[in-house]
Amino acid sequence: MNEPVVIGVGNPDRGDDGLGRAVARRLKQAGSRGATILESDGAADRLIEAFRGAERVILVDAAQGVGAPGSVVRLEAHGAALPAGLRPGSSHALGVAEAIELARALGELPPCVVVYAVEGSHFAPGPGLSAEVQHALDAVVERVLGELRCFARRSS
Amino acid sequence: MSPSGRTKSLSVPALARVEGEGGLYVKLKHGAVSEVRLQIYEPPRFFEAFLRGRRFSEAPDITARICGICPVAYQMSAAHAMEDALGVKVEGPLRELRRLLYCGEWIESHALHVYLLHAPDFLGYESGIHMARDHAELVQRGLRLKKIGNQLMTLVGGREIHPVSVCVGGFYRVPSREELRPLAESLRWARDAALDTVRWTAGFEFPDFESDYEFVALRHEREYPMNEGRLVSNKGLDIAISEYTEHFREEQVPHSNALHSVRKGHGCYLVGPLARYGLNFDRLTPLAQQAAREAGLQPVCRNPFQSIVVRSVEALYACEEALRIVESWDPPARPALELTPREGVGHGCTEAPRGILYHRYRLDSEGLIREATIIPPTSQNQKTIENDLWRFVPGRLELAQPELTLRCEQLVRNYDPCISCATHFLKLTLDSQ
Repeated sequence: MNEPVVIGVGNPDRGDDGLGRAVARRLKQAGSRGATILESDGAADRLIEAFRGAERVILVDAAQGVGAPGSVVRLEAHGAALPAGLRPGSSHALGVAEAIELARALGELPPCVVVYAVEGSHFAPGPGLSAEVQHALDAVVERVLGELRCFARRSS
Repeated sequence: MSPSGRTKSLSVPALARVEGEGGLYVKLKHGAVSEVRLQIYEPPRFFEAFLRGRRFSEAPDITARICGICPVAYQMSAAHAMEDALGVKVEGPLRELRRLLYCGEWIESHALHVYLLHAPDFLGYESGIHMARDHAELVQRGLRLKKIGNQLMTLVGGREIHPVSVCVGGFYRVPSREELRPLAESLRWARDAALDTVRWTAGFEFPDFESDYEFVALRHEREYPMNEGRLVSNKGLDIAISEYTEHFREEQVPHSNALHSVRKGHGCYLVGPLARYGLNFDRLTPLAQQAAREAGLQPVCRNPFQSIVVRSVEALYACEEALRIVESWDPPARPALELTPREGVGHGCTEAPRGILYHRYRLDSEGLIREATIIPPTSQNQKTIENDLWRFVPGRLELAQPELTLRCEQLVRNYDPCISCATHFLKLTLDSQ
C-alpha cells in the first residue's frame, strides 16, 4: 500500500498562513512515521501533482470561516467539496479547494483526502504565527500523528 | 437593473480567476457610466520599507517573496538593478541561463491563465473546474504544459516556488549539461502543445472591442524581450530604463492601495503580452510568427479579449527559446561575477508575464540599500483597465445585470491582473441610478 502523504500548505511569510508549513516541519522533525511529508504553497496544479498516485492524503492549511482564531476543523474532502464559506488563506487564483475539485473533475482525487483547516487571525506580510494559531499547531500535529497511526494499524 | 434605470451598480465583491483579491465597482447613472473603480486594498509598499538597510545581495530573495506567482520577475529586476548600481553586466552563459529561467515562468504563468483562468470565459464555463468536467484532456494538456514551466524553474532556480539560486552577479549554482539535457524532450512536447494551444484559442469568439492603447514594453536589438532592452511605445517613447522615472509618474487614488501609473504628458498605457507582441512581433521566431498569422492575428493586436491568443503565441515562443538554450547549454567556469559594493543608483526593468516590472535602488558605499522603488505591472495597467471599462459598458447596457457584470469581470481577466503583486485583495460592484 502507498505511504500516506501529508501536505502542509501555506506561505510562511504571511503570518498565520504559515501554519500548514509549520505542521509539516514539525512532523518531519518527529520522523516521518511511514508517511511522505510535503510542504506546498497551495497552487492547485502542484497539489494535484502531489496527489498523484497517493491513496491517502492529509492536507493542513490555515483558513478563514472556521470559527474563533485557532479553531480546528477536520473535513473529509473525498466525500464532498469543502464548505463554500471556508476560505483557505492562499492568494492563488486556484488554491486548495480548487485543487481538490479540479482533481475530482479529472478523476484524480485520491480515495481518502482529509483536510485540517485552522482559523487564522492575521495574514499580513511577515513571518510568525499568532498565539492562538501557535497553540493550535501542537494539537494539529498530534491529530495528524493519530491519523497516521490509525492508517498504519489498518494496513498492518 | 431597475426598469426606469436611474441608478444601477455592477458589483463584483470578489473577482474570481485572478491572482490575489480585489474588487470592481461600476456605477451607471441615467444609462451612462458615471464611475468605475478597480479596488485594490492591501498596502503594497511594505517591501520597499523593509528593504531599506538590507544588503544589496538580499534584494532578489526578499523581493521574490512579494509574489508567489511571478518570483522570477522580481529576482530578475532586482538583480539587474543591483548590477546596474555596481557597474557590472552579466553576459554569456549566465545571461542565457537567466533567460531560460524566465522562459519557465512565462510558460507556467501563461499556461495557467490560458487554460484555467481565461478559457472558461470563452467556452461558457463558470470555472476551470467546470470546464475540466467536460474537457479533461484539454485541461490535462494545460497542466502538463504548466508543469514543464515549473520543472524549468525547479532545475534552474533551485526550487519551484521562490527560486533560490539567482544572485546578484549570476547564480549561486548553475546546472550541468547532464541536468538540463532531459528537459529537451519535454520542451519539444511543450512546443507542440503550445502550437496546438494557439490553434485552439484562435477558434474562440471574441467580442468586437478595441482600444487605441499606448503599448509600453522592452525592445531589444535581437531578441523578443525578457531581461533587457530599451523602453519603447507605439506613441513615441524610446528611453533607457534609467530614464523611467523621468517619463512615468505614480498617482494615488482614494479607492485603491495600488498607485496608478501614467506616462507623463500622455496618460495611461498598457503593459503585458499585447504590448510586447505589438512592439516586438518581428523578434518572434518564424514558427511563432507563422502561428500568430494562421491564428488570424495581425502584427499588432488591440483587442484585449484576444490576449489569450497572444499569450499562447508567447508560450510557444518561450518553449522554442528554452529548447534552444537547453540544447546549446555550455556551463560557465564560475557561476557568478565578483562584486564590490559601491555607492550608486541602479535601475532594472524586466518583462514579467504580465508586463514590465521596474525596480530602482540607491546603495551606500557599503552596499546597503538606502532607497527602494518597485513598480509592478498590474498597477501600471490599473488605469487602462478602468478606461476600458468606461468604454466597454455603454455599448452593452441592454444586457441583464448578471450578464453585464460577468462581461465586466471577463474584461478585467483579459489583463491577467496579479493583485498579489499590485497589492492583495479583489471584490465587482455595479451601481445604477
